[in-house]
Amino acid sequence: MSVIAVLALQGAFAEHEKMLDQLGAEHFEIRQLADIDRSFDGLIIPGGESTVQGKLLRDLGLFEPLNKLISGGLPIFGTCAGMILLADKLENDSEHYFSAMPMTVKRNAYGRQLGSFYTESEFAGSVIPMTFIRAPYIADIGGCEKLAEVDGKAAAARYKNCLAAAFHPELNEDLTVHKYFLDMVAGKV
Amino acid sequence: MSKQYELNKNLAQMLKGGVIMDVTTPEQAKIAEAAGACAVMALERIPADIRAAGGVSRMSDPKMIKGIQQAVSIPVMAKCRIGHFAEAQILEAIEIDYIDESEVLSPADDVYHIDKRKFKVPFVCGAKDLGEALRRISEGASMIRTKGEPGTGDVVQAVTHMRKMQSEMRRLSSLSEDELFEAAKQLRSPYELVKYVAENGKLPVVNFAAGGVATPADAALMMQLGAEGVFVGSGIFKSGNPEKRASAIVKAVTNYTDAKMLAEFSEDLGEAMVGINKDEIELLMAERGK
Repeated sequence: MSVIAVLALQGAFAEHEKMLDQLGAEHFEIRQLADIDRSFDGLIIPGGESTVQGKLLRDLGLFEPLNKLISGGLPIFGTCAGMILLADKLENDSEHYFSAMPMTVKRNAYGRQLGSFYTESEFAGSVIPMTFIRAPYIADIGGCEKLAEVDGKAAAARYKNCLAAAFHPELNEDLTVHKYFLDMVAGKV
Repeated sequence: MSKQYELNKNLAQMLKGGVIMDVTTPEQAKIAEAAGACAVMALERIPADIRAAGGVSRMSDPKMIKGIQQAVSIPVMAKCRIGHFAEAQILEAIEIDYIDESEVLSPADDVYHIDKRKFKVPFVCGAKDLGEALRRISEGASMIRTKGEPGTGDVVQAVTHMRKMQSEMRRLSSLSEDELFEAAKQLRSPYELVKYVAENGKLPVVNFAAGGVATPADAALMMQLGAEGVFVGSGIFKSGNPEKRASAIVKAVTNYTDAKMLAEFSEDLGEAMVGINKDEIELLMAERGK
């Protein structure tokens, strides 16, 4: 069985852990450099604030070692803020973080909290619940494969070892996206 | 339960493990964001200055709030007076991300809180104990924070409130089903919410600490006592080196159980806010709105 690390610097990491529990996947939290001495097969970057997580990654010395693992092929899954951290380009912002996925992401693309919404749409072939909270969207899918689309905008994408979603599968009961990620980790998709 | 209410609770979930900072200008908002704030609270005067100025304190100028909204990408919150639903309507109209119906401002109604279920925009409210928290939730609050004692730099009240809430929740978990009806009466709270807490051992919404947090150690203390994140009001911009202190508190909230790291974060932060002891102040803001 694979071991999944969950980046637990800020945001909704506990919700991802609950999903992993339901799927019977072993997991642990990364809060500081010492935590990545443990071996793991995949990494989840949760929703939260990308500016906060980005800053803490650098301040706590986690950015470089994780960046190396990701470019070395470690399977990684980012939701919302996590997607922003994975994109190689942000619209209206010169900042970028892991730059692991060749795509352009727009922050707070649906506006403020009053623009947050719930919908149901297709992800890799099955219709699932999707919760968007001050969400980004993929403005330009670039070289990535589109896995979901909402209102004409790409809402989930895959590039090699990277999976990203603009919505929060960890906030609803449906396990489809997490299952997909665990299949990625197992080398099945 | 409405979908919007779910979405509003969800936004609070995204703030967990983070620090929400009081700011009075776009420049301060940018400093807070760069230091790792997960949201900012836009207000004209921070609680310590409200305390010093006395008089009536009200919702901030919408123009000032809008300036802060344009300055940062993180969520922007603002305060309205307890019971002042017209101020809340105005804040909703400028698309604030969260309204704090706050005892820091002068209450506009000494009986009723805002019926927050009538709004699309989310609300956070202060509470001293479990009963207050559950009453605010039944009125539609989608996030709770301890009241603490704002503008003092003294953490004692926040500790008291968080401990009280946690121990009352633990007590509910030990009661039998029929005892919960009496517990709901004692807590002056709806039975359904009391039952939820008894079954889950926690509030149905995110619960932050607020009111008196001034150091990384204060933040770590509140997190270890069960807070899911912290608000820092006067503690940052009333201190000697706001940027450094803000960033240290952010890191302390992430690694709140690692004493070695906390020691490192606490080093060389310059002067903390002066602070006033709760026995030295005449106005207990926490007594506003029950």
